[in-house]
Amino acid sequence: MNKKSYMNPYIAGVLLGLVLLSAMFFSGRGLGASGGLKYTVVAAVAAIDKDHAMQSPYYSKYFEDGKSPLKSWLALEVLGMILGGFISGAISGRLKFKIEKSPKISNKKRLLFAFLGGVFFVYGAQLARGCTSGAALSGMAVLSVAGFVTMISIFGSAYLFAWFFRKLWI
Amino acid sequence: MGPLSIFSEFSEGLNLLIGFLIGIGFGFALEQAGFSSSRKLAGMFYGYDTTVLKVFFTAAIVALIGSQLLSFFGLLNLNLVFVNPYYLGATIVGGTIMGAGFIMGGFCPGTGISALSIGKIDALFFLFGGMVGAFLFAETFPFVQTLAMGSYKGPLKIDEWLGVSPGVFTLLLVIVAVGLFWLAELAEKKFKRPEITSEF
Repeated sequence: MNKKSYMNPYIAGVLLGLVLLSAMFFSGRGLGASGGLKYTVVAAVAAIDKDHAMQSPYYSKYFEDGKSPLKSWLALEVLGMILGGFISGAISGRLKFKIEKSPKISNKKRLLFAFLGGVFFVYGAQLARGCTSGAALSGMAVLSVAGFVTMISIFGSAYLFAWFFRKLWI
Repeated sequence: MGPLSIFSEFSEGLNLLIGFLIGIGFGFALEQAGFSSSRKLAGMFYGYDTTVLKVFFTAAIVALIGSQLLSFFGLLNLNLVFVNPYYLGATIVGGTIMGAGFIMGGFCPGTGISALSIGKIDALFFLFGGMVGAFLFAETFPFVQTLAMGSYKGPLKIDEWLGVSPGVFTLLLVIVAVGLFWLAELAEKKFKRPEITSEF
């Protein structure tokens, strides 16, 4: 299949903005991603060790009033994201198993830092109550101070650390 | 009038279906933008590709102006749309940890999901790491509770905080964004890395 180039970033931005606006109009909320990962973890911990989950003040709140973390708006939204990304990749001929990295580093190094990056990112997202999607983007769209401060903190910090990790990318 | 889930009293099933459909749109938009490529995303921090800035600010402004217009015409009650609570310390420390994760992993959670959906193995490792991160947070919550729950400022809005109207703030944000887009285009010329940006 012919590989198509990416959408113009400003047009893609308008599209993403309309999706976010739909979430606000239909469901009264913004988009999210790290929350979906959290719900998966909460459900997994409860499946493995129910007592631990129920005794912990952190996990137990997701099961109050017979709630189930996987039967939530955010968990379904993340499932939808995988389908939406797959459709986009299929249309544009980008479906392919691969490890994307700078030619200067090994696959092992790329995967190790990808893993570590994930640990840091989602830990920080739990602390800040949202990631780039739920806190920064959705937060800015409703003019929340938290959204703007999250955006500035994420990007400022990434620029600050960029020099130390430059060999991973350039 | 929106949010429809409240005014039309959606059933739980319909709510979940709408979440799923919005997720499809979200995943589609991210992948089309090129957010499924970590080296494209990382370009933001070395200047050779500034797609992140362009997509992010355009999207925020479209949703911001769109929601204010809907509210102005009485189609959306913005008081019923979720506004993120602001915990000053947790937001800054959390954001800083996220930035470090971004430059190490090359993804954020949303873009990691986008990259996984087209088969990127590095994204799978990133998301697995993300689940470990969520687990570590839950298990260490008692130790970081003071920071996480401290300096709570409520769901503070930036226009109220600055003492301007939402319209004036939106106009200021658009001016800042246009300035940033101009800088971004300059940076892409100055730091261009055609061997990276033409690969994908």
